Amino acid sequence: MSANPAAAAAQADPTTFYLQDEHHPENGTLLGFWIYLMSDCLIFAVLFACYGVLGRSYAAGPTGADLFDLSLVAVNTAMLLFSSITYGFAMLAMAKDRKAQTLVWLGVTGLFGLAFLGIELYEFAHLIHEGATPQRSAFLSSFFALVGTHGLHVTFGVIWLVTLMVQVAQRGLVIENRRRLMCLSMFWHFLDVIWIGVFTFVYLMGVLR
Amino acid sequence: MFSNLDLQQLIFGRLSLEAFPYHEPILVATFIAVALGGIAIVGALTYYRLWGYLWKEWFTTVDHKKIGIMYIILAIVMLLRGFADAIMMRAQQAIAFGEVNGYLPPHHYDQVFTAHGVIMIFFMAMPFVTGLMNYVVPLQIGARDVAFPFLNNFSFWMTASGATLVMVSLFVGEFARTGWLAYPPLSGSSYSPGVGVDYYIWALQIAGVGTLLSGVNLIATIVKMRAPGMTLMKMPVFTWTALCTNVLIVAAFPVLTAVLALLSLDRYVGTNFFTNDFGGSPMMYVNLIWIWGHPEVYILILPAFGIFSEVVSTYCGKRLFGYASMVYATVVITILSYLVWLHHFFTMGSGASVNSFFGITTMIISIPTGAKIFNWLFTMYRGRIRFELPMMWTLAFMLTFVIGGMTGVLLAVPPADFVLHNSLFLIAHFHNVIIGGVVFGLMAGVTYWFPKAFGFKLDPFWGKMSFWFWVVGFYFAFMPLYVLGLMGVTRRLNRFDDPSLQIWFVIAAFGAVLIAIGILSFLIQLFVSFKRREQLRDTTGDPWGGRTLEWATSSPPPEYNFAFTPRVHDLDAWWDMKKRGYVRPVGGYKAIHMPKNTGAGIVLAGLSTVLGFALIWYIWWLAALSFAAILVVSIAHTFNYARDFYIPAERVAEIENERTRLLTAGA
Amino acid sequence: MTMERPSTAFVLTAKAAAATPSPKRANAASGPERRLRRLSRWDKPSTILASVRGLTQPKASPPTVGLPVSILRKIVLLPLLFLLAGCEMVVMSPSGDIAAQQRDLIVISTILMLIIIVPVMALTVLFAWRYRASNKSATYDPDWHHSTRLEVVIWSAPLAIIIALGAITWISTHLLDPFRPLDRISQSKPMPPDARPLDVQVVALDWKWLFFYPEYGIATVNELAAPVDRPITFHITASSVMNSFFIPALAGQIYAMPGMETKLHAVINKPGDFNGFSANYSGAGFSRMNFKFLGLDHKAFDEWIAKAKAEGSPLDQDVYRALERPSEGEPVRYYASVETGLYNKILNMCALPGQMCMSEMMHIDAKGGDHKNSEANRERLRYDGHRLRQGVEEPGATFPVSGRPPNTNVQPQGMKPDSLTPDVNKQQTQPDEGQGHRMPGGDQQGPAPGQMHDH
Repeated sequence: MSANPAAAAAQADPTTFYLQDEHHPENGTLLGFWIYLMSDCLIFAVLFACYGVLGRSYAAGPTGADLFDLSLVAVNTAMLLFSSITYGFAMLAMAKDRKAQTLVWLGVTGLFGLAFLGIELYEFAHLIHEGATPQRSAFLSSFFALVGTHGLHVTFGVIWLVTLMVQVAQRGLVIENRRRLMCLSMFWHFLDVIWIGVFTFVYLMGVLR
Repeated sequence: MFSNLDLQQLIFGRLSLEAFPYHEPILVATFIAVALGGIAIVGALTYYRLWGYLWKEWFTTVDHKKIGIMYIILAIVMLLRGFADAIMMRAQQAIAFGEVNGYLPPHHYDQVFTAHGVIMIFFMAMPFVTGLMNYVVPLQIGARDVAFPFLNNFSFWMTASGATLVMVSLFVGEFARTGWLAYPPLSGSSYSPGVGVDYYIWALQIAGVGTLLSGVNLIATIVKMRAPGMTLMKMPVFTWTALCTNVLIVAAFPVLTAVLALLSLDRYVGTNFFTNDFGGSPMMYVNLIWIWGHPEVYILILPAFGIFSEVVSTYCGKRLFGYASMVYATVVITILSYLVWLHHFFTMGSGASVNSFFGITTMIISIPTGAKIFNWLFTMYRGRIRFELPMMWTLAFMLTFVIGGMTGVLLAVPPADFVLHNSLFLIAHFHNVIIGGVVFGLMAGVTYWFPKAFGFKLDPFWGKMSFWFWVVGFYFAFMPLYVLGLMGVTRRLNRFDDPSLQIWFVIAAFGAVLIAIGILSFLIQLFVSFKRREQLRDTTGDPWGGRTLEWATSSPPPEYNFAFTPRVHDLDAWWDMKKRGYVRPVGGYKAIHMPKNTGAGIVLAGLSTVLGFALIWYIWWLAALSFAAILVVSIAHTFNYARDFYIPAERVAEIENERTRLLTAGA
Repeated sequence: MTMERPSTAFVLTAKAAAATPSPKRANAASGPERRLRRLSRWDKPSTILASVRGLTQPKASPPTVGLPVSILRKIVLLPLLFLLAGCEMVVMSPSGDIAAQQRDLIVISTILMLIIIVPVMALTVLFAWRYRASNKSATYDPDWHHSTRLEVVIWSAPLAIIIALGAITWISTHLLDPFRPLDRISQSKPMPPDARPLDVQVVALDWKWLFFYPEYGIATVNELAAPVDRPITFHITASSVMNSFFIPALAGQIYAMPGMETKLHAVINKPGDFNGFSANYSGAGFSRMNFKFLGLDHKAFDEWIAKAKAEGSPLDQDVYRALERPSEGEPVRYYASVETGLYNKILNMCALPGQMCMSEMMHIDAKGGDHKNSEANRERLRYDGHRLRQGVEEPGATFPVSGRPPNTNVQPQGMKPDSLTPDVNKQQTQPDEGQGHRMPGGDQQGPAPGQMHDH
């Protein structure tokens, strides 16, 4: 530390060229996660596109109208929508710094998620039992791929949710956990939005035509 | 089907002793060479007790600089493999005429050209570009690291994992014989049964995860972590191109992931997306893969454009001409690159209006590209051009790339494409832009930033050798292919009937040999430079008279990059600092907050390799096990909250004082 | 084929480029040039003027270039230039009118682009030389980085070229659309009012070509003939994987895809033997997937038909089934008669017994599927993999299903023996070796058919 800062300051104000304090750029996690979600959205876009192209290639087999049980799917949709609402409650609780309440709402969300998955698995099993397997036609391939990919996302969402519940229970609502809850929140609502698309585009329109 | 082989199948899946090509002298020799080399390296590492160092300082590192260097090492290794494939093809095509069938039977030759394309794009060009972006971008924007340091490490290892699977296919089983984009129905399970396409799928899927995450990472880095004062329109051009490239990666790679996932569903589950059966549509695959594939081309070339921009303004000692139009050109190319995919298959018969729409959008891309060329040109105008190697590469690029651009626009005219599609003219065209654009750019970039990364310049003599052999070799290797294309010779043939073609293939093979010497010269250059490092040493951190922030710090930069975060006032921030009498601060250091190394990335990628291998060979228990392990390790990793540490102010002072000493000694 | 000394194409385009900028254009260019001459205080030296001249030329002949008339005139004139150089490369000197027009397009586009490319290359070399560091006499202006006028030029010059090229593209793509029937026989011959196109149905099989002539009731393998100056309509499909049907001397290529039909309209104007082949990689035997295209005068064509009828045998589903197996280097074969509707069955993937035609399937699908008979239909709709189920090695098979050890020189069934290891292949040699007609799994000593994986 032998140099002479005063002399340097005389030449040009050094602070104009660098920060004297540590620079703390904004945390990029939420942005990064949002970008990831958009890329995920593109995966769904491809799957929707495939369904759009192949959705009428029944290969002399069953159609959506033959197969879909709308009331079951409506219940399923309700499950997912409720889970989004309860996740919202969890976030409200987090904002108020109420750990226990957050955990409870997260738990409820997880249960709704599991219910959704259960109904979806039941639906799949039923279809396969009827001979409407993913191999049967391009329509069914694209149906199972689209709905199944969404289901896989929900599955990972539930695993993540449980992990986060454990972490919140262990460490409380620390900054890292809040950030993670925000990310999962985006993820969960994103899946909801995708499901609305699936419900409309695949089920409703599938039964209508 | 289910007989006494059950147990063996249960344990090893499709894998058997016959999968190892021990009966093939060429492969056995290659394997022995690789194994001996590997043993030698492992032995040396063990002897010098470097394992701990490598693990702690490199494999688990989250330092973007080290990860960047590892990416480039991976790229160079894969370049050697990909180029070996190229030489094999050139040799085969130079001799296989009439009754002579050459030395590669078709099913081997077909793997060679598939592997060549896959390796050069995914495991040579991509890691090279990603490596340079990783190294340079945080330095250029005055950041300490990338936004997600752990993801960065993980991304690299996933890329390496994909590369490993491709390499494994050489010695265990076979690689795909479908061409590098694996069009169905040929690549479906009916017409390509066996492990080849599965190697292809899983190598790309695993590497694709890495690429996608690295794209997310760099976007977040550039958007969130720029030094104060660096507005978007004050970002160095390389950072701009990096931003656009990563936007392209994030917007294009999911499509590849999805389409390959659907292909693997077809192959593994028996679905019917791309089959002829049950209403599948192979044409959809072709569309989807090119919706990824065309942006991919720009993912590679945009950073090269960025490199050329940096190089031109540095070696001309002049501000870049038309910075704003350069930026807009980059953005326009980024957007347009999504509107042109169909030009890869005009011949599928989409109809005149669709074809001309895509033909014209393709041509429109040449406008911003042309503007860029003019910008470099007018940067040279009234400059003081120093013909250091990076500048030589840039000039070679400008002269070569315009030819490739011209033939590219030619191919965008659908009726012209009908006679040139899939011909050697096309091959010549895309090698013209990829070698003349991307590779020359990467060579310029490596030579330009090498002293930044290692503290000494690269040896100019061997660099010039490499340059001339590369450039001359390129013209010898690919100009004949233009001619052959006009003679109506199509691609991917392993033999020819017409002996009058041979002379052109011999010339092309000669060119490939010249390029081989160029690559060898590059390796010698690395070795010689390392030997002569004391003569080539640069203590200033700014050997070329640089203009952007990476030259403001030492070479190699300390792990925290900048002791004080720079404040940016001008586009050429460092040039501006130098001009306005910046004095380097020599005191007042603070403790610096840094991310901690972690082994989770390499472990997860290692497990992914195992998972890929198990899926390729139908070893289901191993696949399930490794997948479960991946889940467990990922979840366990999230329980690690201690991800950062502080470099104490004393340590920073120590490092900075050493630099002060070097700077005064050099002055 | 016509591909002797193909060295002059580039010379030629260069020559043509030198020839294009007409005096009229040079005059027209003087306006913007003058404007640019007093560009700004930086722009005085002759160097930049030279560049500007190069850049502004296209601008000087703005959208007028896009007018179809002038383009067509050029299309008419340019072949003359090429005739001077003689015929060298098949793509540059084709014998069919469509290919000739495609060639003209290549030439015109190249010339248009050279208007930009040549000045850029010249300026690159010039600037690099003039502003080298050792040349202290050259002006050095380290802060000069912007000139609005120059920016306008560097964006608008390529834009002008692209507008011209885009117009040409739009028009030519529609005119030369392979699906569009011809409207002339050649540049000098209009379409006779009574012209009836020759229908040819093309099937890309694994590594050979099958041609049906519905008008004459014959079919051929690996040989195609057409009378000179009679329009031809190709209906193109494939049996298993994607190929591309390409006769460079005749017309551009179009994909041959299974279960789909593409079309190509073309005409051959000169008699001769031309090469045709697949231009899209389709598996191991792709390199020998060639055929001869004979341009014949009317009399010779009739003789050729007669010969096919005399020499040929009948083609029915059974013969087709044997023919459809992968094989390469097939000799020319003629079929004197063809089972009715065979081409349509191949097109609809139902040439093998017991299969439902795709047309029928699509009909059912359009009516809303067939839930009741789903299972029965399912069995009739499995097209892919029937050869695999019989143990025949498929085009892209790899270890372990190929049944060969990895990367050996052992050739798959139906492939020509490899000269390097004739012994290995000798084992498999049988009377009909190379024809792919052998029933697999029988007496062969070659590699066993691999295990297949059923899902």
